[in-house]
Amino acid sequence: MSTASYCPNTPEEVREMLAATGASSIDDLFRPIPPGLRARSFELPAGMSEFEMLHRFETLAGKNAQHLSHFVGGGYYDHLIPAVVDHLAGRAEFYTAYTPYQPECSQGTLQALFEYQTAICRLTGMEVSNASLYDGGTALAEAAMMALRITGRNRLVIDGAVNPFHREIVRTYLANLDVELVEIGPKLGMEDDLRLRATIDDATAAVLVQNPNFFGSVSDFRRLAADAHAAGALLVVSAYPVALGIVESPGAMGADIVVGDGQSLGNPLSFGGPSFGFIASRKEYIRNLPGRIIGETVDKNGQRGFVLTLQAREQHIKRHKATSNICSNQSLCALRGLIFLSSLGKQGLVELARLNYDKAEYAKKTLGNLGGVEVMNGGATFNEFTVCLPKIAEEVVTALLRKGVAAGVPLSPYYPEMERCMVVTVTEKRTKDEIDTLARHLEGILCS
Amino acid sequence: MQLIYEKSVPGRRGVRLPASDVPAAPELPAALRRQEPAALPEASELDVVRHFTGLSRRNYSVDTNFYPLGSCTMKYNAKALEEAAKLFAPYHPMVPLLPHGSSFSQGCLGLAYELGAALAEITGMDEVTTQPLAGAHGEMTGIMLIAAYHEAKGNKKKYVVVPDSSHGTNPASAAMVGYEIITVPTAPYGDMNLDKFREVMTDEVAAVMMTCPNTLGLFNPHIQEICDIAHDHDALMYYDGANLNAILGKVRPGDVGFDVIHLNLHKTFGTPHGGGGPGSGPVGVKKQLVPFLPSPRIVKYDDGCYGVDAPAHGSIGRTAGFFGNFGVMAKAFAYITMLGRDGLIQVSEQAVLNANYVMSKLKDVYDLPYDQTCMHECVFSAARQVKNEVHAIDIAKFLIDRGYHPPTVYFPLIVKEAIMIEPTETESKETLDAFIAVMREAAELAGTDPAAFAEMPRTMPVTRLDETKAAREQNVCYFGC
Repeated sequence: MSTASYCPNTPEEVREMLAATGASSIDDLFRPIPPGLRARSFELPAGMSEFEMLHRFETLAGKNAQHLSHFVGGGYYDHLIPAVVDHLAGRAEFYTAYTPYQPECSQGTLQALFEYQTAICRLTGMEVSNASLYDGGTALAEAAMMALRITGRNRLVIDGAVNPFHREIVRTYLANLDVELVEIGPKLGMEDDLRLRATIDDATAAVLVQNPNFFGSVSDFRRLAADAHAAGALLVVSAYPVALGIVESPGAMGADIVVGDGQSLGNPLSFGGPSFGFIASRKEYIRNLPGRIIGETVDKNGQRGFVLTLQAREQHIKRHKATSNICSNQSLCALRGLIFLSSLGKQGLVELARLNYDKAEYAKKTLGNLGGVEVMNGGATFNEFTVCLPKIAEEVVTALLRKGVAAGVPLSPYYPEMERCMVVTVTEKRTKDEIDTLARHLEGILCS
Repeated sequence: MQLIYEKSVPGRRGVRLPASDVPAAPELPAALRRQEPAALPEASELDVVRHFTGLSRRNYSVDTNFYPLGSCTMKYNAKALEEAAKLFAPYHPMVPLLPHGSSFSQGCLGLAYELGAALAEITGMDEVTTQPLAGAHGEMTGIMLIAAYHEAKGNKKKYVVVPDSSHGTNPASAAMVGYEIITVPTAPYGDMNLDKFREVMTDEVAAVMMTCPNTLGLFNPHIQEICDIAHDHDALMYYDGANLNAILGKVRPGDVGFDVIHLNLHKTFGTPHGGGGPGSGPVGVKKQLVPFLPSPRIVKYDDGCYGVDAPAHGSIGRTAGFFGNFGVMAKAFAYITMLGRDGLIQVSEQAVLNANYVMSKLKDVYDLPYDQTCMHECVFSAARQVKNEVHAIDIAKFLIDRGYHPPTVYFPLIVKEAIMIEPTETESKETLDAFIAVMREAAELAGTDPAAFAEMPRTMPVTRLDETKAAREQNVCYFGC
């Protein structure tokens, strides 16, 4: 056998095995397939060794621009990843394991996910968490559907300052269902959430907001939460976990369901995936949570152990009546998130958030001092902010990209009326030099 | 083993962050400022390393144990795949979405596009989107595409038809998209009951979701007829690609008449399962569904460059953040690149041989409700052992003690006390022989000392766990220190 397909059996062994099955040949084993249904084509290149493959992949990766200075976010952030994350999550006992359906031989994964759920609850100020979802956008869509189930209502209000990709995912998920989705036009800064609050009515299942929002603004949602609750609606908050080092938790602001993307917790950019989505809620809604949940229990000797629990919500038991069709979690990515949070620790996350905040504040001030550049956020921001330029933002970003700086995300594709605006992201990885270089290049382009 | 929170010591620090090179900014306003830092673990780096290394040793995994888990295709995950994916770790997915940004992401866009093209050839489809993040996500995306197709044609559709042997995700995914479900029973020979199928097929059926080979590991010889009947009602045929490992290079669902397919790259294409994810669930479609594919869509221009297309008018929109679970896609493309055409054909041949070998060596001691040549997996029943009060779950626990991850038990639901074995092609005859011997031992023990099973497993960190207590108490978060 060729070792390239990782099939170990020798021709002699294959003969012995065929004899045991009573088949005369490999082809004979495929006799249940009618000849007319055989593949009409299978044109693929010949295989190669891992060395040749890796050489080819290195060349391919090299076709991406190298060493861009990233001031772009859009829901994905360029953060530091401690070496322990790769090393521990890279243990094959974690990454080559399956879903922990057999708990006795899966306590490693199960306990880690229980610890993950605990970390998410503590970060978000919620009481229960599942074992992770696909990503932040799909988690928001799942939260929307969860709110519809809990309230039995069919109207949702979503803030226009929620990440436009996430709003699009919510729209896609709801497109075929009998649900009214009301999108409130963006209001930079959210200092005035009156329009959002005025849209809540007795048919509203939930209000969906993001903190910090897509423009980088950090808001206090306490009044919104109070209004939503008074109308019998839920408040769903999409949160950025690194910000939760210094920004008040959604739970403390009155959120009922909290979601977000865990990429920034120890998962590389990797061109947009894999990461994980998290979802957490108040305990009373636990039976409406989608996806897998790990619970604590004891074994026959009274010793603590962990199992997949409340599986009666899930598709493999409930089929079409399940809370969601989800049949996996992003286990390994969630594990990376847990290792990341454990290695940074309680104080480390505060410091990380503080670094992001300080660097972004420095960049905000530096860019804001350039002639013609206006910072649009009225109130506080975290590690992103929105600037309005005297020129079309797309043209400016294009010009800066040629200089090796991904300066920000121009807003016109998502908010056509904001063609001179862009969102600038500054994580802890950006140095003062990079920020100053961005300002210098930007000034040069604006003056030209 | 203690939780990491129980090992926490106030004031202990782990990884150190870089010093700030900018002035400290004024604090956030009080209303926005976090009052209490989140109670995350306080541990040294070595504490963290010992903790997670310790946890990892409380797992079975493909690298440590044989994993004949039916329906899950737990094949060996080649180490080179991990190296391949790491090469793409630093690239930001927003870059190609910036104006003129795609020229800065040619490597990543190229990989995603060429993977899609290879998967289209492998499945006989016209185009593939890599956006769905897992198999079930692909199913939902596929059904959304079907809904968009019917809506564009003005078809009034209400139902999705599934066989009773289907994966639970099939009806659940269709329900997520608002369809009602019609379930068709299995005929005595293991295929969908054709008469019943004809009865339920009306013009109100939007799609028929099939797995072929089905979850019994059997290839349905009537599959083309089923496709024809569905198409007569303008219902589309959906192929659940979970079992594609059985037919690589042998059958292409697109040739047979399927219109939509999802793949599980973490099953067929050798990427690791990660303890439950991340997966990747690309969806392939025939031409008539291409206009509805999710955005953003990666395209290849005549000059050989890759780009991101503006959303098509009919697109269902985004189903996930960016271009899919790219890291998983990179591994799958590395796998396809290494195996090549002949290697992939060898995969299905050896997978089917291994499954039939195990089946032939065990069918005298376990009931085999559908005794036919199987494809990549075979489904036994512990019905014979149940007469002695030994259930499929007991045999599973026996296997754990002997160092094997158990097969899938109690699925498919249509087989009582099901034991579903999928050895995969990467296991050697020696491994299979040892497993067969242990399975035979279990059958024998069920006859001689059935009571012995109650105490199993005994070699693991915990014995059998009280699942009722877990569901009743709902302790899903640690409330201690």
